[in-house]
Amino acid sequence: MTLNIEAIRKDFPILQTSMRGKPLVYLDTAASAQKPRAVIDAMSDFYRNHYANIHRGVYRLSAEATRRYEATRGRVARFIGAPDEREVIFVRNATEAINLVARSWGEEEIGPGDEIVVTTMEHHANIVPWQMLAEKRGAILRVAAISDEGELDEDDLVRLLGPKTRLLAFTEVSNALGTINPVARLAAIARERGITTLVDGAQAVPHHPVDVAALGCDFYAFSGHKLFGPSGAGVLWGRLPLLDAMPPFLGGGDMIESVSFEGTTFAPVPQKFEAGTPDIASVIGLGAAIDYLDSIGMDRIAEYEHALLLHATDRLREIPGLRIVGTARHKAAVLSFVLDGVHPHDIGTLLDTEGIAIRAGHHCAQPLMKRMGVAATARASLSFYNTREEIDHLAAALRKTREIFC
Amino acid sequence: MDDLRELYQETILDHNRKPRNFGPLENANREADGHNPLCGDQLTVYARVNDEGIVEDLHFEGSGCAISKASASLMTEFEKGKSLEAVRADFERFHDLVTSPPDSPAETEGLGKLAVFSGVREYPMRVKCATLAWHALRAALEDDGKTVKTE
Repeated sequence: MTLNIEAIRKDFPILQTSMRGKPLVYLDTAASAQKPRAVIDAMSDFYRNHYANIHRGVYRLSAEATRRYEATRGRVARFIGAPDEREVIFVRNATEAINLVARSWGEEEIGPGDEIVVTTMEHHANIVPWQMLAEKRGAILRVAAISDEGELDEDDLVRLLGPKTRLLAFTEVSNALGTINPVARLAAIARERGITTLVDGAQAVPHHPVDVAALGCDFYAFSGHKLFGPSGAGVLWGRLPLLDAMPPFLGGGDMIESVSFEGTTFAPVPQKFEAGTPDIASVIGLGAAIDYLDSIGMDRIAEYEHALLLHATDRLREIPGLRIVGTARHKAAVLSFVLDGVHPHDIGTLLDTEGIAIRAGHHCAQPLMKRMGVAATARASLSFYNTREEIDHLAAALRKTREIFC
Repeated sequence: MDDLRELYQETILDHNRKPRNFGPLENANREADGHNPLCGDQLTVYARVNDEGIVEDLHFEGSGCAISKASASLMTEFEKGKSLEAVRADFERFHDLVTSPPDSPAETEGLGKLAVFSGVREYPMRVKCATLAWHALRAALEDDGKTVKTE
């Protein structure tokens, strides 16, 4: 709790604005994070002073843009503990990263009768690409159970890992419940059995330090926009030997070594997976976001958010008729809840009139909602720029909501 | 909270708490499901239409937000006893009301109690909630029943 929140809040221009005449209380960071001035300025500076296409021009401006883009690759690699910066592939977002693996690695490696294991708490982005792959290749998708509290049933998951299992794909942090999964333990179990692992890190990277080498997984995917960076830049990290062996996902410029009508040879990683002009400025912005986060410290961010989660959990539990959905022992600062007699969408609209932004709905996790026995939930997701006062404001508005509807 | 009272008028809150014509309809000869994939809301509209093309009875069931539930409830009250042609005209009128620009005068003529939904115009994200039951009703009457989506 040693963060200077007042100063941090001033770093985010949007937090100084008001919504419907009230100060904005932004509790939807799990959907997308707000951007610090450092990110906005870095992108603006890049467009004003340094912009050119990369990996092409012989002129100084292009060389400089290329240098900045590639330096960000190294920056990302250090941030997530990647042993080699060539293992960092820039994509649009976590969804694209997972699709890249499904299409490139998956179509090569997954055959008829093979099995892919996911968990009940996955975001649609870590379900649908595997369903599509399984359909195409005649493979089978298996789903590990979770408890009523929203914790992964590890015994069930281990039972599902059989001789035909080729891939275990799971989230590090559930976007809908906040559950934190034991990635290192699960990755080790999979590794012993020769099973490849993909971790959806979209909700984890913004909340605590991540070290992919220590986690021991094979692929790790996340989005820049949830990491306080711009939308349009995300990351796939993969082990170098795996990436080397994989065929390209998209073909085109920038991913080739030489092209003739008789055949084409591909560039080595990471260029092999970055066909066409990427979202250069967004990658630069992502680098600025990481610098900003490191200046605060991810461990301090995690500590602050955990304290905020405990405070919010206490406040919400005091509200009559409110039930928190997802009460895992290890949780990120995400609170999904339902309120007796009030539909989540009505909660969302009521809070909106108080200037409070939350998410209401199925959170792109319909199978999870079904498992938890709800059609939808309201979700407040917290970040290090949120305060206890904002949580208290949320709690008061929820009490008012109940009075109006019940 | 003043904005809010525009949207959640007492009639809407009342129909949300105590939806009318709620539950399956015996002897229904038309039915259709309405589904809003965005929020997972789903409801079923049941109708009994006689040989003269009059909607003799109308029920709904399902789960949804206050706006979609109250809209369905008020719709069943409003359309009971009307001809298919009249229902069609009401559909258009209601649709025009909730999708008209919020700064234009609300055209509520002929809509009776349904005028309470004029506040929805301020909340474009909620228009689909207000029209879900209506789309299901139209599907039930026109296409003889299938699932409709408001997406």
